[in-house]
Amino acid sequence: MNTATPPGRIVLEDVGISFGRNGNHVEAVRRISFEIGSGEFVCLLGPSGCGKSTLLNAIAGFVHPTEGSLTVDGEPVLGPAADRGMVFQHHSLFPWKTVLANVEFGLKMRGIGQHTRRGLARTFLHMVGLGGFEHHYPAQLSGGMQQRVGIARVLVNEPRVMLMDEPFGALDAQTRLMMQELLLEIWQEVKTTVVFVTHDIDEAVFMADRIFVMTSRPGEIKAEIKVQLPRPRSPEVMTSPAFSELKRQCMAMVREESLKAMGGAVSPGRTWRSVAAR
Amino acid sequence: MSTSFASAGSAALAKRAGAAWSLSGLLDGRPARVAVRIAACLAGVAVWQVASIYRVDFIVNFQNIPSPDQVARASVDLLRSPKLFLHIGNSLRRVFAGFGAAAVLGVALGLVIGRSRLAEDSLLTPLELLRPIPAVAWIPLAILMFASSEGSIVFITFIGAFFPILLNTIHGVEGIDRNLIAASRSLGAGPWAIFREVVLPGSLPSVVTGLSIGMGTCWFSLVSAEMISGQFGIGYYTWEAYNLQKYPPIVVGMIAIGLLGMGSSALVRVVGTLLMPWRRLEQAKDR
Repeated sequence: MNTATPPGRIVLEDVGISFGRNGNHVEAVRRISFEIGSGEFVCLLGPSGCGKSTLLNAIAGFVHPTEGSLTVDGEPVLGPAADRGMVFQHHSLFPWKTVLANVEFGLKMRGIGQHTRRGLARTFLHMVGLGGFEHHYPAQLSGGMQQRVGIARVLVNEPRVMLMDEPFGALDAQTRLMMQELLLEIWQEVKTTVVFVTHDIDEAVFMADRIFVMTSRPGEIKAEIKVQLPRPRSPEVMTSPAFSELKRQCMAMVREESLKAMGGAVSPGRTWRSVAAR
Repeated sequence: MSTSFASAGSAALAKRAGAAWSLSGLLDGRPARVAVRIAACLAGVAVWQVASIYRVDFIVNFQNIPSPDQVARASVDLLRSPKLFLHIGNSLRRVFAGFGAAAVLGVALGLVIGRSRLAEDSLLTPLELLRPIPAVAWIPLAILMFASSEGSIVFITFIGAFFPILLNTIHGVEGIDRNLIAASRSLGAGPWAIFREVVLPGSLPSVVTGLSIGMGTCWFSLVSAEMISGQFGIGYYTWEAYNLQKYPPIVVGMIAIGLLGMGSSALVRVVGTLLMPWRRLEQAKDR
């Protein structure tokens, strides 16, 4: 299992994704090209409905690009697989399985014996700080704890890529910050590639190596922002001038796109011109 | 979806049935409320006793209605008689056979129809056409369809239980959170593993609801069938008492049917609770 973990390099070339046929054709994302290196932490940032989750679902293999190519380590993505594990926003733990059985799930699917998978699952539960909760059911855990189980359930499979779809979006601010720190700690340990979808600018700047800011629908890459804040990062970094500057850049771009998406609800005159100009 | 109307109806039915079947509701709450509830039941029996003693004939004719004390004496007679086990034994055997077949077939078909569009289109439409026909309406045809009256009674029992089980199972499968299916796929589960690890446990709460409702409708159908074509059985006992003009046993039969139906539905729910330890935690959290 530990032999030559593949690097987890993601390459998108001119990826476009559309849904529906004939009459209700919706173009979710358009002409997306980027490369994510092995072990990199990348955030997809954009207003809601910009297609960032669609893009993540394409890397996961739940949806297929209608145009362009999407490869992980040179292989085209054909469907979901445990080496591209996904942490969902919420409600994705199996409610009928204990915490331990949830984490074991991927290993069970690979046919690994019960004794081995118990041991591995326990190791990863300890990593996310949930040793002692093995026999609880998800309903007995708080939202933050449930997401930690979700992370352990993905990481136990030693994935090349971990995909995260606004995993902390439903948590309160304090818990969210603690989860962000925990995730960074774990990521520095396991060094898997992370693609993290969020609309929270602070979250993106605090966590990412690079941020791709997306336009409103159809989503395109508006900008790539390199976050060169030193690691390991602690919440104190959020008060630094460098952080504020990055945040300011992101905010300006996200705001511009949100205004476009809202179609004039905030400042009609300006949006009218920007729509007309397109 | 063609099943949504039916499912919504059966879900509402399940809620009401759940309330109606919980005898423990009588004893929940503050002592004063419990006392009122018990007093209300006793008052009902008292009114019945008085009405039958004075042979009230106003809208409802109490002249031939046995009084509570006569019913109590008839109950004791039945409890002492060897026929009790014969009747109840026969009824239980028929319910076991009819309900068992309905459970196996209803759950199996429900799982397949819930998962496969082809199965939904090919199987569900004819079944939906048969569903509005009450089990009792099948009795004449059932007598023609089966060589023995025993076979036709079991068939009627089966029909009574089958549709609630089928529809609730379909409802349960279709109601499974899509996130859970997606999560299992992204963890490497194939179609069979999704079925076994997600669809089966995910639909279980709804399946148990269906089984519980099916158990109730199954007794209802059984009694009707026994009254018309049976030999032995608790429905037969009740009808025979009427034909022989032994009126108190009619009410004894009615009470026995109620108790047996309530008991077997409670049994289904107890088994369901044991199968789903996580449900208690979720419900506790909801409160």
